[in-house]
Amino acid sequence: MAFYVVQFLTGLASAASLFLVASGLSIIFGVTRIVNFAHGAFYMLGAYVAFTLTARFSGALGFWGGILAAALIVAAVGVLVEMLLLRRIYHVPELFQLLATFGLTLMVEDLVVLGWGPNDLVGPRAAGLKGAIDFFGQQIPSYDLFLIVLGPLVLGLLWLVFQRTRWGVLVRAATQDRDMVAALGVNQKWLFTSVFALGVFLAALAGALQIPRDAVTHEMDLRVIVDVFVVVVIGGLGSITGAFVAAVLVSELNAFGILIFPKISIILVFLVMAAVLIVRPWGLLGRAEAPVRRTPGLTVNPWRPLTSRERIAVAIAFLLAASLPFYAGNYALAVGAEIAIFVIFAASLHFLMSTGGLASFGHAAYFGLGAYGTAFAVKLAGLPMAAALVAGPLFGLLGAVVFGFFAVQLSGVYFAMLTLAFAQIVWSVAFQWVGLTGGDNGILGVWPERWAASAPHFFWLSLAVAVLAVAGLRIATFSPFGFALRATRDSPLRAEAIGINGKRIQWSAFLIAGTVAGIGGALFAYLKGSVFPDVLGIPLSVDALVMVLLGGVETVSGAIVGAIVYKALSIWLVSQTEWSKLVLGAFIVLIVVAFPKGIVGTLDSLWHRRPSSLKDAMLASKIETAE
Amino acid sequence: MSSQPLLSVEGLSKSYGGVHAVRGVSFALSSGEILALIGPNGAGKSTCFNMLNGQTAPDGGRVRVLGQDTTGLKPREVWRLGVGRTFQITATFPTMTVRENVQVALSSHDRKLFNLIAAMPRYARQEAERLLDLVGMGGFAMRACGELAYGDLKRLELAMALANRPKLLLMDEPTAGMAPRERVELMRLTAQIAREKSIGVLFTEHDMDVVFEHADRILVLNRGNLIAEGSPEEVRRNGEVRAIYLGEGLVYDARHREGAAP
Amino acid sequence: MKLSVENLNSHYGPAHILFDVALDVADGEAVALLGRNGAGKSTTFRSIVGLVGQRSGRIEFEGRDISNQPTHAIVRGGLGYVPEERRIFTDLTVEENLEVGRQPPRNNAPRWTRERLFELFPNLAEMRGRPGGRMSGGEQQMLTIARTLMGNPSLVLLDEPSEGLSPKIVEQMVEAILTMKKEGVSLLVSEQNLHFARLISDRAYIIERGRICFSGTMTELDARPDIRDAHLAL
Repeated sequence: MAFYVVQFLTGLASAASLFLVASGLSIIFGVTRIVNFAHGAFYMLGAYVAFTLTARFSGALGFWGGILAAALIVAAVGVLVEMLLLRRIYHVPELFQLLATFGLTLMVEDLVVLGWGPNDLVGPRAAGLKGAIDFFGQQIPSYDLFLIVLGPLVLGLLWLVFQRTRWGVLVRAATQDRDMVAALGVNQKWLFTSVFALGVFLAALAGALQIPRDAVTHEMDLRVIVDVFVVVVIGGLGSITGAFVAAVLVSELNAFGILIFPKISIILVFLVMAAVLIVRPWGLLGRAEAPVRRTPGLTVNPWRPLTSRERIAVAIAFLLAASLPFYAGNYALAVGAEIAIFVIFAASLHFLMSTGGLASFGHAAYFGLGAYGTAFAVKLAGLPMAAALVAGPLFGLLGAVVFGFFAVQLSGVYFAMLTLAFAQIVWSVAFQWVGLTGGDNGILGVWPERWAASAPHFFWLSLAVAVLAVAGLRIATFSPFGFALRATRDSPLRAEAIGINGKRIQWSAFLIAGTVAGIGGALFAYLKGSVFPDVLGIPLSVDALVMVLLGGVETVSGAIVGAIVYKALSIWLVSQTEWSKLVLGAFIVLIVVAFPKGIVGTLDSLWHRRPSSLKDAMLASKIETAE
Repeated sequence: MSSQPLLSVEGLSKSYGGVHAVRGVSFALSSGEILALIGPNGAGKSTCFNMLNGQTAPDGGRVRVLGQDTTGLKPREVWRLGVGRTFQITATFPTMTVRENVQVALSSHDRKLFNLIAAMPRYARQEAERLLDLVGMGGFAMRACGELAYGDLKRLELAMALANRPKLLLMDEPTAGMAPRERVELMRLTAQIAREKSIGVLFTEHDMDVVFEHADRILVLNRGNLIAEGSPEEVRRNGEVRAIYLGEGLVYDARHREGAAP
Repeated sequence: MKLSVENLNSHYGPAHILFDVALDVADGEAVALLGRNGAGKSTTFRSIVGLVGQRSGRIEFEGRDISNQPTHAIVRGGLGYVPEERRIFTDLTVEENLEVGRQPPRNNAPRWTRERLFELFPNLAEMRGRPGGRMSGGEQQMLTIARTLMGNPSLVLLDEPSEGLSPKIVEQMVEAILTMKKEGVSLLVSEQNLHFARLISDRAYIIERGRICFSGTMTELDARPDIRDAHLAL
């Protein structure tokens, strides 16, 4: 019995830091409408800075002062980030904001390694709370008890600030209508900056407070941000109390889940999250969001099928690509096949994002499931290559059936966070279920059969599949199904009012996208001859997002160009620099700030630019009435 | 058939957090009739409307369309029974062309939503153009819907609402945000179509000039209760309606004031 | 002159919306800006208070050039703005809504306190602790005006105050506006409803396709049915 009580208390102590980070994320989202992916990075920075400060200044004052100073220093960094970066992207679509703050996270990861080295660091014990309390023979660290008290204390303080101070009233008002707050004479800029500073302070404080409990590593950012996404999805984004309740729930599930499913305790969290979402799609204490901001009018030119001249251009491009084996070597062909595979992957995400308006942040899950499915088919069932290439994508489809069902219940940033959390769950399972997947060692020896083994043959196979996949998705985009999907994206209200079951349409699109991604994954397994958990990881999901963004999210098939350019660039980049995350992160931030239409989107709008005063007048009256 | 009303509503009720938004509202509407629902802001008009097409589930009461109980059905199911709807703030698909907007509604009516092969730009093109001609938008078929002026969007919405050959049209503040002349034109068009195809129309409106001009009958809602019902003339004369809603008649056209010559 | 606008041009991205708009409001005057939907009324207001990024021209408020100031600074200077639709904070109580609008008093404008506003709008006094979302449309409209008055403005821009309100509430709105005027608040009110405009204002401008095409007293406007019919589409 005592053991369970202690386990429960350990869970509560872990909940404190999770709550601090999640409440910070919620507060920032409430006012700025930005889901700050970099929140995990600030948490990590808080831990690193606290490590340095507490190592330099000893004693109780040194320790506690160091923790507080670390949180304040990181909050000041947050202020800089807000003023230099976020102020430029408050009006861009939320997907871009998520990506930009993810780019920031990548940069921080490399900067941390630059500053503190790649090894894990172990911080000092908490001054004054080094001991433990005996509870019926079980030891409870005093520091855990401190954390258990801290959580509710912070919750109470935040409540007082938001209910009883003018600043709190202004923040709550801005949460609802920030322009109106400005129109009443409040300086929005500083309101936003102060809110961001508070949110970052909470995250950094949580990170700093972790150092007596955990090692400081340069991977703690992604770990915590995924947990925090799960917490805010369960608790309801924007609700601080919800964040607290969900943090406790998730921490306890982790604490006890270990006892029930020692290998894959994360499954328990997933089941609870699924249950909550069925009953309350906006989280335990969350509220239904107003319809999500549409990707705003970067362009208003309706999509159209290719003209005959464009068809000829596409055919020529295809013939050029197909003739590659006649003049390129094996390495170039392997790169070519990899690019073709990523074209399939990116095109599948692009279909979901641009036609469906559903920005998945965990699309690698279906790519990876396709790869693992193929590996299982070969290694466990001994299927021939042709059959394995079909079996693999079926795994992707299966994953999409399950996860897609829950994901399409939500939209916008919720959808993004949920898909990310699902992908991370699949990754954890692949990583932890060593018996089946080989864990970190992966599954080796998935080689193509003789008919596809030579570099030219495999290249042609990949190219042919890519062309079929892209053409198929394009036909679907212009089919009644594609229009129903776009209709649901453009106006869910109107779509429902003309008989369209939007959720079913979106789910179907999710299945299509998941299956096509799985096809890419299946080819990828054969290309590499092996499968590792990386194929399910967040970085791969983000690669796909960047490809779509780079190509142009508002175009029909921009992802193809995006995939080719990005993949070629990143293969080259990895060979050139050790700090590829830093460069990639900066690249992502740059695209979002300076180049949001992407390559194809920019070309398209140059092409369509017509200096028509009639159009101006139409636009004018539209804007006027839309206000 | 004539004995059965197109729409019949009995004892419709809804409350939010203890506040009664709609209390026991009952009325009927027959084919070809144009019925206006008016009342002060917050009287429950929108709630009432949303319960009729399934957007909101009522706490109590019954809604029947041509005798069939539609209470608790989803908007898309109500639509399949032949109920078209337009919104207070237009809801259209801004990234499509005007014609594609109508084609989507037509493909849904034909139950072709899961067709992955057909090319939409060619789908039911003539029928789409016929509907656009009907509302006077024939010349705009290839225009981007996102570029349309507000009044044209309202007409496009009407064309979309007509795509499933409805028997009943629900129009929530059909002329809100339009210039006075456009208001009159849109309602004249609606009334003409409704009479020709014997469609029943229920609409809410604050513009009394529109209401008194086009409604055959008027329902007045206040604090969730139906307080008056009758012809425009009767409603105009009703003292309670004047006190609660119409006021002294300072802010609408003189010819619609009480006592003015018809 | 309370407010003086000259050569105001505004753009949204590539679209040129306002063309050389010029208008004035004298001290203590109530002026109507008439025009149909999409004519440029809201854009004019949004440009004056700095909510439109790309604007050029001269905007003087109480003799100071405000054309380069950010919105919050303009409003703090005593220029109140009530936007189209009600835009109250539905999660906040009546008192909290008023708190958001509170600004220090100034010498050249009537001084409003919460209690004085509750006298002017007795309905609001009865529901101080009620969340804005649970008020009727008319009560919400009163609250938006009270909230702006908490900033002790000397000039208020009212954007389409009668839109979407029942005739009865519109009449109450007329009374509230007349009270504000009597207290010494200058007003610029955009409207489509000529009946309403006539009840509250002394002078009117008509805007059409982003250009001012008429300026004069209400009596002068009545004498020109051609202009009225051409631009107001009555």
